[in-house]
Amino acid sequence: MTLSEEQLAEGFGAVSKVPSRTRVVARRFFASTQGRIGFAVLALMFLLAFAGPLISPWSYTDKDFTAFMQPPSTRHWFGTLQTGSDVFAVTLRGMQKSLVVGLLAALISTALAAVVGSFGGYFLGWTDRTLSWVTDLLLVLPAFLVLAILSPVFGPGQWALFVVMLALFLWMVTSKIVRGMAISVKQREFVQAARYMGVPPVRIIFRHVIPNLSSLLIVDATLNVSTAILTETSLSYFGFGIQPPDVSFGTLIADGSKTAVYAPWTFWFVAGLLVVTVLAVNLIGDALRDAFDPSSGRRR
Amino acid sequence: MKPVLEVSDLTVSFGDVHAVRGVSWSVRRGEVLGIVGESGSGKSVTSAAIMGLLPPGAKVTGSVRLHDTELIGAPERALNSFRGRSISMVFQDPLSALTPVYRVGDQIAEAVRVHQRVSKEAAQVKAVELLDLVGIPRPAERALAFPHEFSGGMRQRVVIAMAIANDPDVIICDEPTTALDVTIQAQVLDVLKLAQARTGAAIIMITHDLGVVAGFADRVMVMYAGRSVEVGAVDDIYYRMRMPYTVGLLGSVPRVDSGGRPLTPIEGNPPSPAALPPGCPFAPRCPMRIDACDDEEPPLFPVGDGHHAACIRWEEVRPHEPARQPPAPDRAPRSERTVLEVSGLVKDYPLVKGAVFKRRVGTVHAVAGVSFDVREGETLGLVGESGSGKTTTLTQILELTAPQEGAIVVLGHDAARLDRARRTAIRRDMQVVFQDPLAALDPRMTVYDILAEPLRTHGTREPGRRVAELLDLVGLHPSHAARHPQSFSGGQRQRIGIARALALEPRLLVLDEPVSALDVSIQAGVLNLLGSLRARLGLSYLFVAHDLAVVRHIADRVAVMYLGRIAEIGRVDAVYDAPAHPYTQALLSAIPVPDPVRERSRERILLEGDLPSPADPPSGCRFRTRCPKFRAELTPDERVLCVDVEPEVRAVADDHGAACHYAKSREVV
Repeated sequence: MTLSEEQLAEGFGAVSKVPSRTRVVARRFFASTQGRIGFAVLALMFLLAFAGPLISPWSYTDKDFTAFMQPPSTRHWFGTLQTGSDVFAVTLRGMQKSLVVGLLAALISTALAAVVGSFGGYFLGWTDRTLSWVTDLLLVLPAFLVLAILSPVFGPGQWALFVVMLALFLWMVTSKIVRGMAISVKQREFVQAARYMGVPPVRIIFRHVIPNLSSLLIVDATLNVSTAILTETSLSYFGFGIQPPDVSFGTLIADGSKTAVYAPWTFWFVAGLLVVTVLAVNLIGDALRDAFDPSSGRRR
Repeated sequence: MKPVLEVSDLTVSFGDVHAVRGVSWSVRRGEVLGIVGESGSGKSVTSAAIMGLLPPGAKVTGSVRLHDTELIGAPERALNSFRGRSISMVFQDPLSALTPVYRVGDQIAEAVRVHQRVSKEAAQVKAVELLDLVGIPRPAERALAFPHEFSGGMRQRVVIAMAIANDPDVIICDEPTTALDVTIQAQVLDVLKLAQARTGAAIIMITHDLGVVAGFADRVMVMYAGRSVEVGAVDDIYYRMRMPYTVGLLGSVPRVDSGGRPLTPIEGNPPSPAALPPGCPFAPRCPMRIDACDDEEPPLFPVGDGHHAACIRWEEVRPHEPARQPPAPDRAPRSERTVLEVSGLVKDYPLVKGAVFKRRVGTVHAVAGVSFDVREGETLGLVGESGSGKTTTLTQILELTAPQEGAIVVLGHDAARLDRARRTAIRRDMQVVFQDPLAALDPRMTVYDILAEPLRTHGTREPGRRVAELLDLVGLHPSHAARHPQSFSGGQRQRIGIARALALEPRLLVLDEPVSALDVSIQAGVLNLLGSLRARLGLSYLFVAHDLAVVRHIADRVAVMYLGRIAEIGRVDAVYDAPAHPYTQALLSAIPVPDPVRERSRERILLEGDLPSPADPPSGCRFRTRCPKFRAELTPDERVLCVDVEPEVRAVADDHGAACHYAKSREVV
């Protein structure tokens, strides 16, 4: 059974057109309605957060001393706060912080969990013992307290450090799960096949082990986005984390909840945006998970 | 005589999928009907439909009459009074057919008490009697044991005991021996025959193994794509078949009694029950296809006395001419160059107990001193039952690290003295093909990435061209590269596995049961592919398998393993035609041959009991506890040697050695 030269040439054409894994995933992701909607919504949120302030007549530090606690109007689109701040301007400012902090912290913590867990699970022995020890140590440290104590360090402009600290306290439980799953994936024959082929262990982990845990990791990252935003929110609520005059969703919700009953605009706009953000992230996560799993499309 | 069970025009559909499409048959008392077919042919669904055990989504039409009672559409209560009493069932997997938390005696007693008004004590007595009947040693004691304390073969005996507890009229056996080793299979088939003789029940034997049916059934029905395509007396089906599918099926079975015969695989794959081709469902794979085949599905034509075949050209269908045996080619002398040499390999596993404080409670001697070599261009078949240590041997070789004891020399390099670079270089020349192709291919990668992985690992920048060549080499189209392994059939997946192993042009290929997960017709294609690749690329194979027929077909030399040691090793025709070790003799005689006349006249050497635990092997010769020779032929003086001294492999002929103190050649196939 041999193909003629012509057929072979055609075959090579077909082979060279084989897209890489990233392209396959991207194509499958955008083929799903969920993925498209989620991506569009999240993109819109980013656009709003970063381009919005340009069209707003007020900046988040401006105070309008003629309007305290006013409901939405043409002058103040989302109304004003007790201090005279424009709700639209401060909400967008808060969203900038929260989006970046939430997404980055989630990605970093999930990546950390994936790497630490799969290295421990794959190599076992000393690697595993050391990594498990670190994981356990961080698990028993009261994260909230450490963050609160360290919060004075996060002065203005130190949000990157804040993101890292948030991420550092989110990954341990996932890494324990990943470790367990990596141990079982290691027994699977395709990993053995790669080993016997001479593929170096680190490459096996990144090429075979982690992709086969992607469902778990994506779900985890999705959940972590909301957890990070909410942790940041609760930290800020207690006065740690993002410090005034800078704002975040957390500080805004904390302030707004006090006045929510008689001045709903101070609370519901920011709460609504938070819900929409988390929803969009969840949609993206679902679509990504399906896109990574080649068998998911055929079951329906 | 009136049939006990009569099935007419039975159809089963799950939504749009028609799993069974109009099947009719009947069995009389004491008769054995064999139903053969590949996976997906609807044979198991048929039996589930008879028992009323289909999931709720299934739609069943037609009629199943037991004596004079209609079973289709009967209320659950009525069915329950038949199940286990008039019709009973023996399942494939005896472990899941027994409840793990009840003692087997109680389970059998329950089967008795459900249908008979007897006291608990009487039921227990009956249970012990039944266990004795099916050949369980010390039945009174074993009745108190739990299912996990039994071996696979013993469990299947318990299931059979349950099946005959109420003297049923019909016993449905769904692949009863598929999960068992071949010597155990022979025992279980023996028990089934005994059970039938005792109860006079009709047996419906559902299997994919044409050998099992040949010796066991009176009549055979061949199923394909949810229909019966040929039905008749067993001799008619095996010698005077009238359906090209049956011809193809028999032509594609490797047989233990004739090596060298090229297999004739059936092209293509069985159709999916959701998308059947128009006309005859076999037409796309049929070598005799004409245009009229696509017009309509052929009915079963009467082609002889009680013999029906569903083929419009049945008059022209002839059994396969046994391909002219080419005059036995003078065996080329073995090549001088050794690619793999294993000597005195030992591997123990500690048996540990306790979760926190692990203490060693014993040692499993998985491999206890194994020596063999593979020369260039040669295939060595490593065969043995489960627990014989063949897989451990294989992993030891593949690990390329210093073995516990003994030496492994791969391509001239001692595995104990390899540095990292050298090891990687050897990995390039020694590749492996696994048993289950679905498990061995990363489900998250495309075929292109899977095939490119070894190439990239060993430094090829642009693997595209080579990937296309590889796909072509194993008979797949290069355009398949963008798909994931899940979208291929079993045979195609195994071809991908082989293609990956060949990517780096290795010199030694280690094959771990490469065809045992595949259907017969697909298996033949893969075996032929392996044969032609070896010839074209000058490969050496280490072929691990439990199926001796497959090994006879592909290997030049064979090593038979028993309990971590080699029992017999040598040229394939020498070992198969004149086995010298009693274990090899028993193993070969236990393999059913798809040839009814021969099967009936064959004498089986039945081994008693199960494989001893490798944690506690017998002293001296490891096989002596089950050895028919030790038991029946040797004098007490001769036995002393077997008990005291472990036999080494000694030559009995040119390139043929056996590890038996009293080795004597004997023809058994």
